[in-house]
Amino acid sequence: MMGWTQHLLIAPILLPMATGAALLLFDERRHRFKAGVNIASTLLLLILSIALLRIADISPGPGSLTHSYAVGGWPAPFGIVLVLDRLSALMLLLTSVLAAASMTYSLARWHRAGPHFHTLFQLLLMGINGAFLTGDLFNLFVFFEVMLAASYGLLLHGSGPVRVRAGLHYIAINLVSSLFFLIGVSLIYGVIGTLNMADLAMRLVEAEPGNRALFEAGAAILGVAFLIKAGMWPLCFWLPPAYTAAAAPVAAMFALLSKVGVYVVLRLSLLLFGSDAGALTGFGSQFLLFGGMATIVFGAIGVLATQSMGRLASYNLLVSSGTLLAAIGMGDAAVISGALFYLVSSTLTVSALFLLIELVERAQEPGANLLTVTMEAYGDEVDAEGDEEQEVGLIMPGALAIVGVCFGCIALLLAGFPPLSGFIAKFALLAAMFNPDGLGGEAGIGGPTWVFAALVILSGLAALISLLRTGIRTFWAPVEAVMPRVLVVEAAPIIVLIVACVVLTVQGAPLLRYTDAAAQSLHMPANYIDRVLPPSASGNETGEIER
Amino acid sequence: MELILAIAIGVLTGSGVWLILRPRTFQVIIGLSLLSYAVNLFIFSTGGLHVGQAPVLGPDGSGTLAEHADPVPQALVLTAIVIGFATTALFLVVLLASRGLTGSDHVDGREPR
Repeated sequence: MMGWTQHLLIAPILLPMATGAALLLFDERRHRFKAGVNIASTLLLLILSIALLRIADISPGPGSLTHSYAVGGWPAPFGIVLVLDRLSALMLLLTSVLAAASMTYSLARWHRAGPHFHTLFQLLLMGINGAFLTGDLFNLFVFFEVMLAASYGLLLHGSGPVRVRAGLHYIAINLVSSLFFLIGVSLIYGVIGTLNMADLAMRLVEAEPGNRALFEAGAAILGVAFLIKAGMWPLCFWLPPAYTAAAAPVAAMFALLSKVGVYVVLRLSLLLFGSDAGALTGFGSQFLLFGGMATIVFGAIGVLATQSMGRLASYNLLVSSGTLLAAIGMGDAAVISGALFYLVSSTLTVSALFLLIELVERAQEPGANLLTVTMEAYGDEVDAEGDEEQEVGLIMPGALAIVGVCFGCIALLLAGFPPLSGFIAKFALLAAMFNPDGLGGEAGIGGPTWVFAALVILSGLAALISLLRTGIRTFWAPVEAVMPRVLVVEAAPIIVLIVACVVLTVQGAPLLRYTDAAAQSLHMPANYIDRVLPPSASGNETGEIER
Repeated sequence: MELILAIAIGVLTGSGVWLILRPRTFQVIIGLSLLSYAVNLFIFSTGGLHVGQAPVLGPDGSGTLAEHADPVPQALVLTAIVIGFATTALFLVVLLASRGLTGSDHVDGREPR
């Protein structure tokens, strides 16, 4: 990366921040203009993240995969760094695809259901992108807080008693988890004396054995904060009510927020507790494995038991979080590669399901959907809404058929049936689990691996049963099927997300090669450290406070 | 000084935890504030306790690190205070909205029967 392209690395943070700030200046009544700016910025972000993905994937040698950007030109252990590698580039692309889809969906009506939707949406993107790119723990905290603060506003978007109650619980839980985050960060700083992740990994090896217990306590407390976000059992009871109460496009973005927690756990556990970490190698991996499996069980039971579709999607999200956490707990590079594929596929699917739910519920009981509640809260805006719809008025023909087909595709994706990408994702996971040495290896398969494999398959079955039941009840059982009014801008994002899953199926080989490379480089933390810390700084002991 | 600080953090954390487990929204918000004070003091203490030592080097850049306070925890605690204050203020607004919409100050929005 030479010349101006190296500054591209900070653009995914600056662009949403500038857009969000600029949109604050315009009056709320100019929503058409604001929506235009927002969608343009989101599409620009999509192009940017594709460019960054290409930069991250240029691989002359395994050592040059990670790119770091020193903000303000200060060298790494003292200044702030942003780090781009294959994993963060993949997450950035996923973020911008989901953002473009839910932004488009919200254009139908949601973006007018409350003030400052566009600003909050862009700030959420800024926080998510920052969390994916940052290279030190305290900036991770700052970006996490930006993301959470925007998500509080977005959860409350549309108002109404249900959302306010869910928001109250959501904010309280997240404030407590932020405190855990701070305690963990400061414990780690107190013990090791640095917050830069690469520097941390390097100094950890040389740390005094006596301090290890304190460091482990710090890392565990820090982990609790991310696991609350990722929704690991038993820290996940807040998730279904909050995600169910959120407006459809917001819930679709929230599906990604859980993955931010998963991302940080993956990044830190392989960087700090990877194979080079000496006595700390594999710290917490058993906990992640069993906790993840417990999450799958809890999520699958929830999927089978729930009656409401919003909760169905939330519990499916928990199942996918649990699968990812357990895969991280396995720690094997091939399993992680499968897990990354699964992450992309399942996040796209669950987001599409969150978007689709609103349309399906509109078919079930017209007039009883969430939006009516919203409009009641806003009172006199109902009339304005009616006029606006006439004006936008591009209604999807054959809405029920399209909604039904989308629902069927999502059921196949969640259950992991061929021919869609859910099957490839689960197949990659299972194949890696059963062949720890690669194909034809002789290594034995441990008990937990069998249990995990069984849970992955059974959770797919649970999703299938539950979605079939819901589908029959919604699309086949009603004698008088209600024709829902579905606008093109509402159906298009769902179709695009499903088509993205189809593309993942067709282009499975290149993507799996990419996730393989990403998982390999995650297992070589030495590369990451070398790239982030300039050579002069590694082994530099001046300016270090002895503790 | 260490003992006083430790007791202060302990008392604040204990009262904070007790308060956020209470059913009234006002108790929860006070509990969250107390907890964040405790965490702020804790962050502050990770740099070590010093009296009368500057966190920056003198104008001639002289002095050793033994004579200076660690500036990083001070910067961290400043950020943490700002973010904690802002989110608590937001929580207060949601609390009032909940009170207005449900007519109850219970965290679930309705009185237990």
